[in-house]
Formats: sequence, C-alpha cells, structure tokens
Amino acid sequence: MLVAVFWSAWSIRLSPARFVEGLSSTGQFLASMWPPDFGARERELIREGVTETLAMAVVATIIGVSVSVPVAFMAAKNLAPWPVYYLARGLITVSRAFHSLIIGIIFVVAVGFGPFAGALTLSFATVGFYGKILAEDLENIDMNQLRPIEAAGGNRLQVILYGVVPQALPRMIGLAIYRWDINVRSSTIIGIVGAGGIGFTLLNAFDRYQYDFAAAILIVIVAIVLAGEVASAMIRRRVR
Amino acid sequence: MFEPTADDYERWQRHDVRTRLLRFATVLITVPIVVYSWRILGINYDYLSTAGWAVGDLLGRMYPPNHGYTGEIVGPMIETINIAILGTGLSALLSIPIAYLAASNTTPNRITYVIGRLVITVTRTVSTIIWAIMFVILFGPGAFAGVIAVAIRSIGFIGKLLSEAIEEIDPGQVRALEAAGANDRQQLIYGVAPQVKPLFVGITTHRWDINIRSSTVLGLVGAGGIGLELTARMDVYQWQSVSVILLAILVTVLLSELISAKARSAVS
Repeated sequence: MLVAVFWSAWSIRLSPARFVEGLSSTGQFLASMWPPDFGARERELIREGVTETLAMAVVATIIGVSVSVPVAFMAAKNLAPWPVYYLARGLITVSRAFHSLIIGIIFVVAVGFGPFAGALTLSFATVGFYGKILAEDLENIDMNQLRPIEAAGGNRLQVILYGVVPQALPRMIGLAIYRWDINVRSSTIIGIVGAGGIGFTLLNAFDRYQYDFAAAILIVIVAIVLAGEVASAMIRRRVR
Repeated sequence: MFEPTADDYERWQRHDVRTRLLRFATVLITVPIVVYSWRILGINYDYLSTAGWAVGDLLGRMYPPNHGYTGEIVGPMIETINIAILGTGLSALLSIPIAYLAASNTTPNRITYVIGRLVITVTRTVSTIIWAIMFVILFGPGAFAGVIAVAIRSIGFIGKLLSEAIEEIDPGQVRALEAAGANDRQQLIYGVAPQVKPLFVGITTHRWDINIRSSTVLGLVGAGGIGLELTARMDVYQWQSVSVILLAILVTVLLSELISAKARSAVS
C-alpha cells in the first residue's frame, strides 16, 4: 500500500514547491471572495438557480423512484426469474458506476441544455441507488407472508401487492426521501456540464473571475444542502 | 323484528382519523410542489420527442468501440486511480485531528468542538468537483489540484464517521488507563485509537472507492485524470473513443468496488 502511495505521488509530481506557491495565492483568492456579493442582480440569479436546482431534485426523485421500484422487484433474487434478475442488476450496476456528471453529458447531448437534462440524469442515477438498496430489502422480506395469498389463489401481481409491498412500504418511503436529499446535493453540481441549476451559475461566476459572487453562491449551496439533509432526517424519523 | 341497516355498523377503516388526515395533507402539499417543479423545468417537448432517437443515434455512433485507442487511455486511467489513492491517503491523515476535535468525548473544549464540526460540515457539503474548480484556480490545472480537492472533500466524510466512532467507544478502557496514571496523550494512543482502528480502515477504504468514481470527472474542470480525455474526445465527436473510455471507467469502478468490499470484510 505504501508503495502504491509513493508511486502515485511520484507520477503526479507532487512537489512542496507547488504547494507553497498555491498557498501563497490562497490569501489573495480568499480576499477576492470577501465580502460575498449578494447584490440585487446576483440575488436574482441565485434565486433562479436554486429554484431550478430544487425543481430538478423533486422531479428526478419522482421519476427515478417510479422507475426504480419495478427495477428493484426485478433485481430481487427471490421474486424474479434469473434472466430478469441479471438484466436489472446490470442496469443498477451501470447506473452506479458512472458519476452523475458523465451521465449528464450524455443526456445534454440527447435532450439539449437545461434542467430537463439534469432531471433525467438524476433520475437515472436514482435507479442505481434506490434500486440496489430496495432490492436488498426485498430479498430479506418474510416469504411466509406470501404463502397464504398464493394458497388463496392470488396471482403474481396480487402476491406482490398484498404480500410484498406492505412489508417494504415504510422503507420505500424513507428511502425516497433520503434519495431526494442526495438529489439536491447532486443537482447543485450538474450545471457544470450544462444540465441546469445553480452549478451553472457557479461555474460562470468562476469563469468570469467574479469570486465574490462565487462565494455568495457557495454559501447558498452549503445552506440548501444542509437544509435538505435536516429536512430529510426529520421526515424519515416520522415515517419510521 | 329489528332489521340492522348499514348505519348500525361502524364502518371499518384501516387507519385512524389522524393518520388519514396526515396522509391527505401530505398529498395536498406534495402534488402542487411536483407540478410546480415540473413547470419550472421548462421542458421543450419537441426535444423530448426526439430524445429516444438522439440517444439511439449516439449509441450507434459509439459502436463499435475503437479498440486501437485503448492504449492511449492507460496513462490517464492510472492517473485517475493515483488521484484517488493520494487524495484519500492525505485526507485520512488530515481527518484524524479533525475527528479528535469533533468528537464530544475527546475534544479539549467547547470551541475546538465547534471548529471540528464546522470543518466537517463545510468540507462535506461542497462536492469534490466544486473544490476542484477552486483548487485549479489556486494550483493551476492538473492532477495536483484534483488530489487536493479529493483530500479536502473526504475530510468531511472520514472525519464525520470517525468522530462518531470515537463517540461510541467503550469509556471503561480509557478510564482504566487513566486510573493507571496514563496522561491524555497516552489515553488517546492506547485507549481510543485501538478501539476505532478497524472502523477507520474500513471508512477510508470505502471513501477510496467513492473517490475513484469522483476522480473520473475531475478532468471536466481541468483537474486531471480520465475526465480530461473524455471531454477532449467528445469535443471532436470521436464517439467510438468515448465508448472505450466509458468501458474503461466501468471496469475500473467495478474493480475498485470489489477490492474495497474485500478489504472491508477482511478488517471487520
């Protein structure tokens, strides 16, 4: 492991000199960020970015969860036949392996710039997360509760609706809220590839050297991510 | 003779009034939010109708992957992995003092506790890619900025989980050392550290695995790694090379996940 670390350090050419040089400009950088610029025009831009970001997170959670639930059922070993199982697992793996920014680039090519591409990106990312965790929960349900429904002549859909769903429902709701919180977090950066939201505003501010405006945006991002986290934790405690 | 009518029976309801009202209120609040959000997105339905075609077209252009290109991405891919390793290593070192400050049972006083918590919160809520934008401005483009970005972002993650682990240790072992005359430093090294060590290794490995994933996109903002190659190929529409990169990322991420899972089950 040590060899790996040293070799990495050598190949990237980490040097104390560069570090010191960077640190010396840090002071200047921080000074140009202060005070954060919350002017009237800036506030308007931030408001637009934040609404877009939050809207993307909401829509992505709704679309993502509605797609994820069937995928999760398909990816539960005890409920799905094996070809379906491997298909769903493959989808989940692909969705989890790629960072949302990479998926974002693809969707921007597909549906054009703007928050809709972002919402699709986050929906796709939701499938990997939600599908995986829900599938694991479904694999751990009590199968004995399914038998009476089968014995009473329930068909497959009825077995799932009355045997499986009641066991998994609280978890499904809690997980959806948790994912919304993660979607808020990701939707703050998705704008970097042109998929809408406050990330785009932030990148623009940095590109135009408006560091004081960038500082204002950063403060807002930290605030909404924290607020989302607190809200999600509170709601989840109630659901349980 | 008395004939009972429907009104004589109390109608059976699955949930009590309070639960039903609460659910109704939830729907009442959620639906407008969703509708409003949908409208904000300003979806251009013309684009939507061609989206399927566009994705299909894109996949068509990506196939078949350009095998000859594989050799060229080995370097950037290794750089990506190196960024993750170095960033995580650096972060592990930095997280230890931060976690010590942010754990309520080890922190020296109220102010240090607040400082520790503040560092964790700020580093955690700003994502790696935003840190990368800032460090590219400071240190110039390249993998170096990426390493620092990964390291800073990971402090929040490792520090938070580590401080929680410290708060949950068995205080008896520390008190026994204190009774034997150990000073504060000795209590930390022989009382606290051994109890959180396996967890610390597990958390760090887990973060390394996450960092591999975030390192793949650092190049989008100029902070080194495979992302740079990815955007370069996309800008010139070499989709067959793009698919090679995507496959390479897929394989690398899956491998790192496997390694991290194996390592974590080995330590716990």
